Amino acid sequence: MQHYTMNLTLKVWRQKNANTPGDFQTYNVENISSEMSFLEMFDVLNERLIEEGKEPIAFDHDCREGICGMCSMVIDGKPHGPWAQNTTCQLHMRAFKDGDTIVVEPWRAKAFPVIKDLVVDRTSFDRIIQAGGYISVNTGNAQDANNLPIEKKAADEAFAAAACIGCGACVAACKNSSALLFTSAKVAQLSLLPQGAPERKTRVVDMVAQMEKEGFGACTSTGACEATCPKGISITNIARLNKEYLWATLTAE
Amino acid sequence: MLDSKIPAGKLEDKWTEYKGHCKLVNPANKRKIEVIVIGTGLAGASAAAALGELGYSVKAFCFQDSPRRAHSIAAQGGINAAKNYQNDGDSVFRLFYDTIKGGDYRAREANVHRLAEVSTNIIDQCVAQGVPFAREYGGLLSNRSFGGTQVQRTFYAAGQTGQQLLLGAYSALERQVALGTVKVYDRHEMLEVVKIDGKARGIIARNLITGELERHFGHAVLICSGGYGNVFYLSTNAMGSNVTAAWKAHKQGAYFGNPCFTQIHPTCIPVTGDHQSKLTLMSESLRNDGRIWVPKQKDDNRKASEIPEDERDYYLERRYPAFGNLVPRDVASRAAKERCDAGYGVGTTKKAVYLDFADAIMRYGKIECGKHGIENPSKEVIRHHGLDVVKEKYGNLFDMYAKITGEDPYEVPMRIYPAVHYTMGGLWVDYELMTNVKGLYCLGEANFSDHGANRLGASALMQGLSDGYFVIPYTLGNYLADEIYSKAIPTTHEAFAEAEKKVADRLENLMNIKGTETVESLHKRLGKIMWEKCGMARNEQGLKEAIEEIRTLRNEFWNNVKIPGGIKEFNPELDKAGRVADFIELGELMCIDALNRKESCGGHFREESQTPDGEALRNDEEFMFVSAWEYKGHNGNNIEWELHKEELNYEVIKPSQRNYK
Repeated sequence: MQHYTMNLTLKVWRQKNANTPGDFQTYNVENISSEMSFLEMFDVLNERLIEEGKEPIAFDHDCREGICGMCSMVIDGKPHGPWAQNTTCQLHMRAFKDGDTIVVEPWRAKAFPVIKDLVVDRTSFDRIIQAGGYISVNTGNAQDANNLPIEKKAADEAFAAAACIGCGACVAACKNSSALLFTSAKVAQLSLLPQGAPERKTRVVDMVAQMEKEGFGACTSTGACEATCPKGISITNIARLNKEYLWATLTAE
Repeated sequence: MLDSKIPAGKLEDKWTEYKGHCKLVNPANKRKIEVIVIGTGLAGASAAAALGELGYSVKAFCFQDSPRRAHSIAAQGGINAAKNYQNDGDSVFRLFYDTIKGGDYRAREANVHRLAEVSTNIIDQCVAQGVPFAREYGGLLSNRSFGGTQVQRTFYAAGQTGQQLLLGAYSALERQVALGTVKVYDRHEMLEVVKIDGKARGIIARNLITGELERHFGHAVLICSGGYGNVFYLSTNAMGSNVTAAWKAHKQGAYFGNPCFTQIHPTCIPVTGDHQSKLTLMSESLRNDGRIWVPKQKDDNRKASEIPEDERDYYLERRYPAFGNLVPRDVASRAAKERCDAGYGVGTTKKAVYLDFADAIMRYGKIECGKHGIENPSKEVIRHHGLDVVKEKYGNLFDMYAKITGEDPYEVPMRIYPAVHYTMGGLWVDYELMTNVKGLYCLGEANFSDHGANRLGASALMQGLSDGYFVIPYTLGNYLADEIYSKAIPTTHEAFAEAEKKVADRLENLMNIKGTETVESLHKRLGKIMWEKCGMARNEQGLKEAIEEIRTLRNEFWNNVKIPGGIKEFNPELDKAGRVADFIELGELMCIDALNRKESCGGHFREESQTPDGEALRNDEEFMFVSAWEYKGHNGNNIEWELHKEELNYEVIKPSQRNYK
């Protein structure tokens, strides 16, 4: 693979805090290596801003290996940028070429208020999980794990749904800011497994109710969430959630 | 005198006996007892959830925006448990033995045996929570092998085992939040332990959004804040992983155990340049199927595919025929460094070796063709089927490699090199996971206790969940049973006021330096010193130099660091500055500990102490102890520590020179 360096123009959303309106600021960065990650390019810019006595750009990030779900930038209109099934931290600069202009914004959704610059508050996701994204089992005295055989296909599907990293790109991509892909991934995981059966009805109803309470929009099945999801969480999980929801409400006592 | 409080009796009965006789707290009293948990990784989340289930009033703190982000999430390969589902000779004793041997005889027998005992409960518990482990077609759980063992005892969920286990613990935690027993403080950083009458009674935390300091009371404080690998700047840790919580505890009197024991993981993606901010691990599980090699010829610039089989040196298979590519991490790392230092490295920087899946792809392909009844398959057909198998086993790791390097590992061998990954050292704790400060506990990677001088793969997840789900619920009760008469202390108490002032003054000091060098560049310089002089190989001269260099760096930091912004606001640079200041102090202690331990053991390789064929040479006569360092305060520009020793008594296992040949 040929490596190269590039000069870029960045238009980055700057916002002091939730109560202050934000705007785009333009920055030029030079000699960026194609081997750098996108966030390392931001590190270079921030180091320069600090040296110039300016305030660095605040952005969320932690593991930088695509699994913690903390990084969250809308890059040229796409959450997590141009690569398919990818997080911002795993995007590398070889995706760009010399002279490019790149626009970087935070996740935009009513339920994800901006904290500063590119950092948003996603605790609404935690509250959706609190509403039922678990199996009610206390620690200790669980039966032997192999006493509960689970069909491989169901286990694999549950795993595929459980791979959600809770980053919120699905919400950022959705024109309605719906959190249904996130919510459905957890509902699907637990409804596919026998352990999740006793709480199937209450789980789906409570989690959807919390989602609406948080101010996430309705799903109109455009599929932008699936197309954007860094972990390839399938929209079939939403179909499963709808089925679970319908069944739970129709058979409610 | 250090009392490890190991219960009397036969090794295999100690934990059962302890559980049968430890003190209990009745449910009505539990509600009145407050417990503070710092960190929400596997140890912290599982502890907070389990203690909440018991009825304690728990406060859980994490610096990330959600407990689910803790770095346990990034653990890839798996979790060990002595289930013996494969009928391949595994047992609690075998897991105990492998862990002690893997740790090069520098861990406590009683703790490790308990770990092996509860390992099986962990798998049961996680399955009950809905953790989707990999399964066979019969619906039963699947296993794979890891380094340093000859059985298949590792449970996994593709290459995302840590994610699935953490999300299980996180779900259990959020359930307790919904039930009102646990309150989570996200985007909060613990900056001081508050001690009253010699006991840990609370913390000072900083709200990282507003910058405000908060006082929190607790009848006990649990540090579950992970490891300190980022002292090397470049490591496989998350960017935010830090030693600060543990370091504050240390400076409040908790001894720091074996700080120099760090694990350099053999299979990571190599460094590409100065811009590098972190390193990415390629799971040890890949060594199940990948073969590690370098060219037999020095400075060979041919492509891997152009180097014929007989010109390749599969050096692990050559040096260690019994374990081959599955030797423990410290052994594999040193062997890679040895080859690269000798001039056989590959890639542009020559600091890499190959991890090659070509053989595995063909081997699996043949098996699959057999299963599908394909007779006389062509090479292409075999390869096609083999690729499918490798994809299912390691797909996410291969994708990650491709994204970072731009190379396709299905076509060309991976290039890998060792990188800092895990720290076996940590706060000294007794059998009950209590530090030498009463009421102050330490769980998971943040403590020193179970892995000796080298941790075996798939054992970190096991220890984190063991400590949190199955050990602390018992041992904490044994302490708190005597605390039921202690009412919650109002945070207006002078000890809280003093602690808060200390934290506020330090933040002011940092902001007032207004120097010229950024936090990041000072951190990089610390990392360079540590990697070169306290990394994979250490010697007396280098360590002495490192100590001097770190002291100079510490002065520079406190006179010349440049931090933008203000205190009462969201200011990640200020957060980072506090962490780097702590890393600098820790780095010095690590070098002092490494200098003091004039032997090689596990991940600690002193060049002066090696066998004729370059293996780590222990000195059990003089060094069969845990180094527990007591912070004695600053004396002028020097920090002073006093060494306490906990002698290790091996009652069951006879320590011998480790041999993986």
